[in-house]
Amino acid sequence: MTERKIRVLVAKPGLDGHDRGAKVVARALRDAGMEVIYTGLRQTPEMIAEAALQEDVDVVGLSILSGAHMALAPRVLELLKGNGQENVRVFLGGIIPDEDLPRLKALGIAGVYGPGAPTEQIVAEIRAAVSGATE
Amino acid sequence: MTFLTQSVLSGDRLALARLLSQVENDTPAGRAALDALFAHTGQAHLIGVTGAPGTGKSSLVNQLALHFRRAGKRVAIVAVDPSSPFTGGAVLGDRVRMRDLAGDPGVFIRSMASRGSLGGLAAATAAATQVFDAAGFEVILIETVGAGQSEVDIARLAHTTLVIEAPGLGDDIQAIKAGILEIADLLVINKADHPGVEATERALKTMLELAHPVRKVFLHHGQKFELNGEAAPGTALWIPPVCRTVALSGQGLPELLEAIERHAAHLRSSGDWARRERARLEAEFDLLFQETLVARFLAQLPAGRLDSLLAALQERKLAPRAGVEQLLNGDGT
Ligand SMILES: Nc1nc2c(ncn2[C@@H]2O[C@H](COP(=O)(O)OP(=O)(O)OP(=O)(O)O)[C@@H](O)[C@H]2O)c(=O)[nH]1
Ligand SMILES: [Mg+2]
Repeated sequence: MTERKIRVLVAKPGLDGHDRGAKVVARALRDAGMEVIYTGLRQTPEMIAEAALQEDVDVVGLSILSGAHMALAPRVLELLKGNGQENVRVFLGGIIPDEDLPRLKALGIAGVYGPGAPTEQIVAEIRAAVSGATE
Repeated sequence: MTFLTQSVLSGDRLALARLLSQVENDTPAGRAALDALFAHTGQAHLIGVTGAPGTGKSSLVNQLALHFRRAGKRVAIVAVDPSSPFTGGAVLGDRVRMRDLAGDPGVFIRSMASRGSLGGLAAATAAATQVFDAAGFEVILIETVGAGQSEVDIARLAHTTLVIEAPGLGDDIQAIKAGILEIADLLVINKADHPGVEATERALKTMLELAHPVRKVFLHHGQKFELNGEAAPGTALWIPPVCRTVALSGQGLPELLEAIERHAAHLRSSGDWARRERARLEAEFDLLFQETLVARFLAQLPAGRLDSLLAALQERKLAPRAGVEQLLNGDGT
């Protein structure tokens, strides 16, 4: 029996143009031994939820720089839940104003990271969230 | 039959996704499900898509899937990318090129990491295709990168194997010779909008002529084929056609699809389809039989028995074959 790998979908919803940050995080997660499914730019929440389902991921990481996180993140959560994937932990990366944090937490976002967040912290918090979810 | 298996058979996509994880991780639940689903398998057309990195495999899989969908077929995709040998992690990026397929419930894409062991990958890929097959997907596209042993193993799994080339790879053409022609049922020169297509096509055709027909008689997909009376008299051998495509625009796709259908028809009319299925099932049985026997035997050995025997080997007090005899006869303890 193979050791259970953490599977993470890294997605970039919205219309903002580059995915450098998302790729850095994807590589860091790979280097931490996780399997990262990378889906590329301009994903709709529907596409993200569908990919999360097909790939049976433990975690979805959303990279949002456009400022549309208050629309996109809740929509992804809602779609995951609608698909029966309420156990999937959703993390958010990008430029997120502090005043949005309480609402995002309340909605069920597991972690929020700004552009300078150390990847070690992201890795550790994903690991902790996943082991908490499967217990 | 468990609830999970039942749900997969009735078309539940979340159940399908979860079962794919179970079989990939080779869990007891996954194994039981494969047993239960076996009777429902054997319907799908398994198509392998392999070739060097960046030749356009995923883009082509995207196009192929679109065309099969237009023909009303349900399509599953297994996209395999390598795991890092150092960390065991992986970035699986094939979906980036398959966004046209999003939102279509007749398509299911699953990314898989190679996870180290080659045998393990072949087994996990085979298991995933069996689940898709049982779930009613009529076409299963399997994307793998490179030309190593894992590709050969996966080609053995597929009914039809497409080897993808791109113009301008130059010396890489030499690398194809080393074994990939062996597994190709169709050769595809993708990126035909790039210069150098003619040269690539000439090189491939020359190699095919050199390889034909002796290669086909003795070895295909790593399986031996004796043509002494097994193939119907007059059955033409399959000579891999060379197709040109531009995966970005879809140019050449109708011709490629037609070649795929022709290959499937050839497999059926020549009896190769049944022969391949039989060889594959027998190989799978063989492997499982050996693994299980060994595991059962080792499980009932007294603790330390194997270690002391291996130590005797190291000290050259015991030859390997004699060691096996001792172990099986239970003496020398
Ligand atoms: N010009 C041109 N570019 C193409 C064609 N097909 C694919 N590409 C481009 O080639 C690059 C690689 O395409 P992929 O489909 O990801 O290739 P791949 O073989 O799946 O790559 P790996 O999975 O990384 O080995 C992308 O930038 C594609 O847009 C084609 O027919 N013509
Ligand atoms: Mg690819």
